[in-house]
Amino acid sequence: MSSPDGPAPTGSTPPAWTPSARQRERDAYRRTRARRSTAVALLSTVTLAAVAVLGVRASPGWPRVRASFFDLDVALASLPAVLEGLWLNVRVMAVCAVVIVVVALALALARTVRGPAFLPLRLLATGYVDVFRGLPLILVLLLVGFGLPGLRLQGVPTDAVVLGGLALVLTYSAYVAEVFRAGIESVHPSQVAAARSLGLSRGQAMRHVVLPQAVRRVVPPLMNDLVSLSKDSGLISILGAIDAVRAAQIATAEYANFTPYVVAGVLFVLITIPLARVTDVLARRSGWLGAQSGLAGAGAMR
Amino acid sequence: MRTARLTALAAVAALALAACAPVDETAGPAATATDGALPTLTDGVLTVATSNPAYEPWVVGDDPSSGEGFEAAVAYAVAAELGFAAEDVTWVEASFDQIIAPGAKSFDIAVNQVSISPERAENLDFSSPYYETTQAVVTLEGSPAADATSLADLAEVRIGAMVGTTSLTAAQDAIDPSTAVSAFNDNDQVKQALTSGLVDAVVVDLPTALYITAAELDGGVLLGQLPDSAGGDTFGLVLDQGSALTPAVTAAVDALREDGTLAALEQEWLTDAAGAPVLE
Repeated sequence: MSSPDGPAPTGSTPPAWTPSARQRERDAYRRTRARRSTAVALLSTVTLAAVAVLGVRASPGWPRVRASFFDLDVALASLPAVLEGLWLNVRVMAVCAVVIVVVALALALARTVRGPAFLPLRLLATGYVDVFRGLPLILVLLLVGFGLPGLRLQGVPTDAVVLGGLALVLTYSAYVAEVFRAGIESVHPSQVAAARSLGLSRGQAMRHVVLPQAVRRVVPPLMNDLVSLSKDSGLISILGAIDAVRAAQIATAEYANFTPYVVAGVLFVLITIPLARVTDVLARRSGWLGAQSGLAGAGAMR
Repeated sequence: MRTARLTALAAVAALALAACAPVDETAGPAATATDGALPTLTDGVLTVATSNPAYEPWVVGDDPSSGEGFEAAVAYAVAAELGFAAEDVTWVEASFDQIIAPGAKSFDIAVNQVSISPERAENLDFSSPYYETTQAVVTLEGSPAADATSLADLAEVRIGAMVGTTSLTAAQDAIDPSTAVSAFNDNDQVKQALTSGLVDAVVVDLPTALYITAAELDGGVLLGQLPDSAGGDTFGLVLDQGSALTPAVTAAVDALREDGTLAALEQEWLTDAAGAPVLE
């Protein structure tokens, strides 16, 4: 819609297209409407925010709430312990994420594999997904964390972080397996047919044709699960490990002040937001994101 | 027309906020224990909070209304001192976070082995202390910690304690173990971690330690008391910050201490600490 103002350059070349007076009138009208709607949006946002802020600040309990949740001294005092806990969250998340993706992909492949001989494998994978997707994570943590070492078997870990990580992998791989399966099944059958007609085996077709398309389709939901995992990594604290949330809880009890929870919350948001932006950048670089915007007539959807 | 709509929006927002605006806190003049006009949540009723579950020997059978167990008995003694009959005492549940929350409280006083500390006193009101305790180390027969006789022996094993308790900080400070002390949600999980082998020894307050080694743990061993917190850990009744009841409740606890009631209740409900040597 951008067009050069002023008249086209004159010369031997044919004159370039210039918008008619009517078109310029329309453009000007649209610009004023756009400015107006921006102003209205701004004004309403600011008004609502002001009403909310004033309302909260005018409430009789506000000084107590501010002292209980936004105490700078307590925030600074609890920050080192919360940061140390967060480092545990990050490590657990990173290791578990890799293991989960591997296990989940294997599960998804086991569920989509064809042929009567593979029935036990399909049944096993389906049962696993049904059970661990159905069980609340906290139950899996308690059962694995307190039950497994209670058996006192040789070689069973008694480390809270390892046991907690195991419970996370069991639960999350069931979720992620379903995400992968959805991706695999969303690839059109003609893709497999084409691959097979080129002489690829079933396995090769899956590996070179179906999986690459499936994986890129499920990146956004996978991202969801990763963010979710980063927060649930804190649940291993019920087995004794001290993560960011637990460290904040300890500091909260010490000072009888909730500020450490706010500190932990801010830190969690600070690590999950960049996570989302990094995936966006990766996706854009690989050319998946907004791939449809290049199609004629497929601009941003309104 | 747009402006009208906008005004309406602002008006609705203001109304919504006004609707959820809380009433002003009523802070009456400080009443005395004797005139029977204490500003409690409900007139003529003293609402007391404790945790759920409540553990022995503090509350027997998780039923504080029976008055059995040290803290249940103390609550009824304080209520009587304030002029409330036993049937005028109501019990409610409150977690530690609920006890310290800044909003309107669901209780007049909370009794839940809350240790008095200067940091906590900045955000809570405490009565004067009704009990003084030390922290003790418990393990199981056959555990790597079973033969420990000193703090140095304990530094090499895995220690567990309940989150948010002075047991946890005392364990960290006094033992200074090579692996960080594990924190669990409640004392049931602390015991479970000990029997599962997630930790080798646990730190709890001395009356709890005596109770769980005698009654709850198979092969439980009380290794001894921690020195640093000895004499330093006092439990107080918790009230909302600036509560009008605080002076009266403190006066009641002081009176109970002076007339020997607290000592008698200790005698009745808390096992004798003899036989728990102080670890060096």
